[in-house]
Amino acid sequence: MGPQHPSTHGVFRMDVVLDGERVMKLKPVFGYLHRNHEKIAEHETYLGSMPYTDRLDYICSLTNNWAYALAVEKLAGIQVPERAEYIRVITAELTRFLNHGALIGFLTQDMGASGTPLMYAFRERETILDLFESLTGARMMCNYMRFGGCRVDLPAGWLDQARKFVATLPRFLDEFERLLASNEILMARTQGVGVLSKEFAINAGVTGPILRASGVNYDLRKVDKYGIYDRFAFKIPMGEHGDTYDRYMMRLLEMRESVKILNQALKDIPEGPIIDPKTKIRGFKPKPGEAYGRIESPKGELGFYLVSDGTANPYRYRVRSCCMMNLTVLEQLCIGHNVADVVVILGSIDIVMGEVDR
Amino acid sequence: MFGEGILRGLAETARNFLGSYVSKNRLTTVQYPEERLPQIEAYRNFPFLVYDGEDWQQGLRCVSCFICEKECPPKCIFIEKSTDKKPDAVGKPQFYPKVFNIDVSVCMSCQICVEVCPFDAIKMDTDYELSTTNRFSALLWDKQHLAKSNEHYHKIHPTEAAAVDAQLAAERAKVAAKAKASADAKAAADAKTASAAPATPPVPAASEK
Repeated sequence: MGPQHPSTHGVFRMDVVLDGERVMKLKPVFGYLHRNHEKIAEHETYLGSMPYTDRLDYICSLTNNWAYALAVEKLAGIQVPERAEYIRVITAELTRFLNHGALIGFLTQDMGASGTPLMYAFRERETILDLFESLTGARMMCNYMRFGGCRVDLPAGWLDQARKFVATLPRFLDEFERLLASNEILMARTQGVGVLSKEFAINAGVTGPILRASGVNYDLRKVDKYGIYDRFAFKIPMGEHGDTYDRYMMRLLEMRESVKILNQALKDIPEGPIIDPKTKIRGFKPKPGEAYGRIESPKGELGFYLVSDGTANPYRYRVRSCCMMNLTVLEQLCIGHNVADVVVILGSIDIVMGEVDR
Repeated sequence: MFGEGILRGLAETARNFLGSYVSKNRLTTVQYPEERLPQIEAYRNFPFLVYDGEDWQQGLRCVSCFICEKECPPKCIFIEKSTDKKPDAVGKPQFYPKVFNIDVSVCMSCQICVEVCPFDAIKMDTDYELSTTNRFSALLWDKQHLAKSNEHYHKIHPTEAAAVDAQLAAERAKVAAKAKASADAKAAADAKTASAAPATPPVPAASEK
């Protein structure tokens, strides 16, 4: 299957051995979208790699920015002002919301629900992208976070606009749930399909909503408490069965938790500077050392590992990509199911090939 | 009953479909070339070079310092420095770019050039209907194509442009004050030497005017 298959979310090939309709063996083939990101970053300045991180997981560019900024801040020991932390949380949760909405849309699209849930999700995504555009200047390739804060302050009226929008989100979620949750076709196609056991998920290094759908309580927002996530009250939804339906429900529940975080963050956001005044844009040279910054991106644990030798470019730059790690379990999930189920399982893993191949 | 969930979902679709006749929120599509959404102020697309005044060659703020060329992540900027000097935006004599090319097929609109420019010479444009039939020379923009007036900048990013203008005016005032101070000091020194040596005619101040 693939690489030019509409269900593969990019250019991705699977070598599938079939017995009739049944999958006996499946080998994922990566690398069609390889862009040499890590090697290019070794020749760029630290700031110069920031726009490239947008293009890893191009649906959630702001969380990628945050993970990279966090790694560099750890490396250079930079403190982030309060207001910038709040802006980061708000933009990251909006990103999580739009990613999960788009994922559910694409998942149902893979099952043959041609367009309706996707269009509903994209209607909300459009508003979020408008908010991102008026803040960062771009809809998808935001390039917004900087080491020690954010690039520009919120424009006038942005917060009111965001508050007004977030207030409509619970209504949208109810609608989205009514549209699909009790649909018999969806249940028949997803329940019991692609079961990922708890032990196997942990051993394979799976992270994110997929891991939690298998019943493992592991969310970096609670484990690491990076940024200011210890200030917000929110729950970590957990699944029981680890099948595709649980993975789908996990996204819906996480969207509700994101709305809770957004409400708290939009209420508490303080005034103040948005960037550490000591950080330099040009001639940024952290002292020799190494750092690993990781965040809970909408798809899992996204980490950046940096080694500095004291010059303007990183000596080593490595991306711990959540999509790539999650995709490695695809064979175990698919064996014994039909070809049509492979498409649904792949859709529920939530990959973006830009991040898998880098 | 089997099929109940499907019907419930279809009821939701029907509500949206019928609602689109009465509620503007449910009718989100914009018929693009005829209808256009208002442009968002922060929107950025490709860089352009700002010039002050009427003449784009004289008023160009760029002093060809090569910072943007060096910092550009995909390396899409190419600059050649001039051999002579002209006054820049704040009135100091500076070099100017003899050649300034941006390959927009390589540019990724990250606006790092804008951030690193110490002279507020390069800014982001908002023009987006840029398709051409030639993908080589038509996408390599030269100095003349890139130069756009400060009025244009004010039109697309009013808030940002006002802040930049205020800063430039302050710098210009500083440069003018410094020039005046040095001229005054020079005049005073001339007057002193003139009074110390009474043989020379004591009119340096008048000649200065």
